[in-house]
Amino acid sequence: MRQLLIWAGLILLLPASLLLAASWGSGGWLWPFTDDPNLQRVVWELRLPRALAALVTGALLAMAGCLMQVLLRNPLADPYVLGLSGGAAVFALAGLSLGLTWLPVPVLAFAGAMVTMVVVFVLARGRGPWSTTRVLLTGVVIAAGWGALISLILATGPDASLRSMLYWLMGDLSYASLSPIWLLGVVLAVVILGWRARSLNVMSAGAVQAALLGEPGRQRFWELYVAASLLTGLAVSIAGAIGFVGLIVPHLMRLVVGADHRVLIPAAAMFGGAFLVIADTVARTMLAPRQLPVGVLTALIGVPLFLLLLNRAVKIR
Amino acid sequence: MTMHSDGLLEVSRLSVDIGDVRVVDDLTLSAHAGQCWGVLGPNGVGKTTLLKTLAGLHPPRRGQIRLNGQTLESLSRRRIAQQLGMLLQHTDYAFDASVEQTALVGRHPHLSAWQTEGAEDRQRVARVLAELGLSTLAQRSCMRLSGGEARRLALATVLVQDPQVLLLDEPSNHLDPAHQVQLLNVIAHRVHEQPRVAIMAMHEINLATCYCSHVLMLYGDGEWEAGHADQLLDSARLSRLYGCPMRLVDDGQHKVFAVSGDASLSFRGSTPTGRL
Repeated sequence: MRQLLIWAGLILLLPASLLLAASWGSGGWLWPFTDDPNLQRVVWELRLPRALAALVTGALLAMAGCLMQVLLRNPLADPYVLGLSGGAAVFALAGLSLGLTWLPVPVLAFAGAMVTMVVVFVLARGRGPWSTTRVLLTGVVIAAGWGALISLILATGPDASLRSMLYWLMGDLSYASLSPIWLLGVVLAVVILGWRARSLNVMSAGAVQAALLGEPGRQRFWELYVAASLLTGLAVSIAGAIGFVGLIVPHLMRLVVGADHRVLIPAAAMFGGAFLVIADTVARTMLAPRQLPVGVLTALIGVPLFLLLLNRAVKIR
Repeated sequence: MTMHSDGLLEVSRLSVDIGDVRVVDDLTLSAHAGQCWGVLGPNGVGKTTLLKTLAGLHPPRRGQIRLNGQTLESLSRRRIAQQLGMLLQHTDYAFDASVEQTALVGRHPHLSAWQTEGAEDRQRVARVLAELGLSTLAQRSCMRLSGGEARRLALATVLVQDPQVLLLDEPSNHLDPAHQVQLLNVIAHRVHEQPRVAIMAMHEINLATCYCSHVLMLYGDGEWEAGHADQLLDSARLSRLYGCPMRLVDDGQHKVFAVSGDASLSFRGSTPTGRL
């Protein structure tokens, strides 16, 4: 019964969040389905595509967070912890400041995330066995390196593009709009990950235990890493580095629906999508006519929530 | 196939190293259904490494391991997991799953990729949890267990997996005497009734004398002895094995091995009670 209510809530939350995004704007509340052609244009050409981008990004980040938490065996791991967002940002910023306008920024960002993934994996693997600590430390150091490069690009780059660069670094959906085809991709990812998720349950007990229960340990972790990086890279390429969604959403959903990834992944995808739609709507309306980057809002919510969760966690290694 | 080679687990001419430590040289043994093997040896001699090698997790330097007649290398991890399970010395859980859910993971190798656990699997979990005295904890988080409870849960996962070959790395550590006996009784029951093979790394010699039909003694530097427990377990061998004097105490009903210590340091002999 409780499960039924939770799922009904999650499913209702999606259209509710989209309705909120469609009807709330800098002009206040307006019922979106009227004959007013101006409002129609605002709703269908601005608000809904942006809300859709938020939905897709949130779902991608939440799923990437679930995977990264299994990979690092830590319920408070974040999809950006291994420097993927940093790599994406460096590539995108370098493209912007070098004037590579013929290359779309999302493509550059995606390439940066993928390069980071390969670098971290190759360096962390070394000669020894797969080790979570090693992956984590390598990732943290690579992330710091990307951070330095970001500062370098910002310091030496042209002033004119500084503002858009900064917005992009903080995570912003102002320029994002997606065709509904992306939703199909997300649904496909949910279905594949959700059904394949029994392996994730096994892998969350560690590589050796997973091998003993029939998962080809290293190969599965490779796959997991690639999948998490792909999802994160896509999310970053849509909207920049929106922090804390991939951390908080899976963690909260674990508390609500439990640790079985077959349930957790679809729940996290739905809640993550709806959460980001609502957060983005608030971010663009709160200080209207100024628009905040949504990354600022998620961080403002995420930081205290993270500290609260960390404080009440039974044990975090 | 001859009568001699139909063991569930056949080891032939196996040499295992870990780092600079030579665990076994040229080990040959065959473990048959209904046998319970104790692997005995001092700390650091490589008991865990040997079990991991038998599970296919550590490559041997030389030799062959056959599981139901097939070499380990020729089997996928999944096929191995359907026939062989291992209780690790340490299990740590990173996520808040319930005890029941954690044990249910043991069914993983028996289910195809898209299949979900059925009522039969859940009944199996309930049975195993009851056997190990964990029924009342079924809905508790696996992160909120005591050391002994976590140990029994780890074994429960292996028993739910229900392999023919059970490799158990110090199954009774972290447990009080009552739970040690309960757990070993459950294992012994499986071994005799189902029948299965258990191979256990152990420190408690007296539990080995009670529960093991066979022992494998690792003396270090690759030297080993294997055979029937009642033939091999004597005070001379055990003293040599552990490098300290061991004495056999026999009260007529039960034989117990005790550490006799170093007589020259004995407090009883050297310290007159009145002086203290």
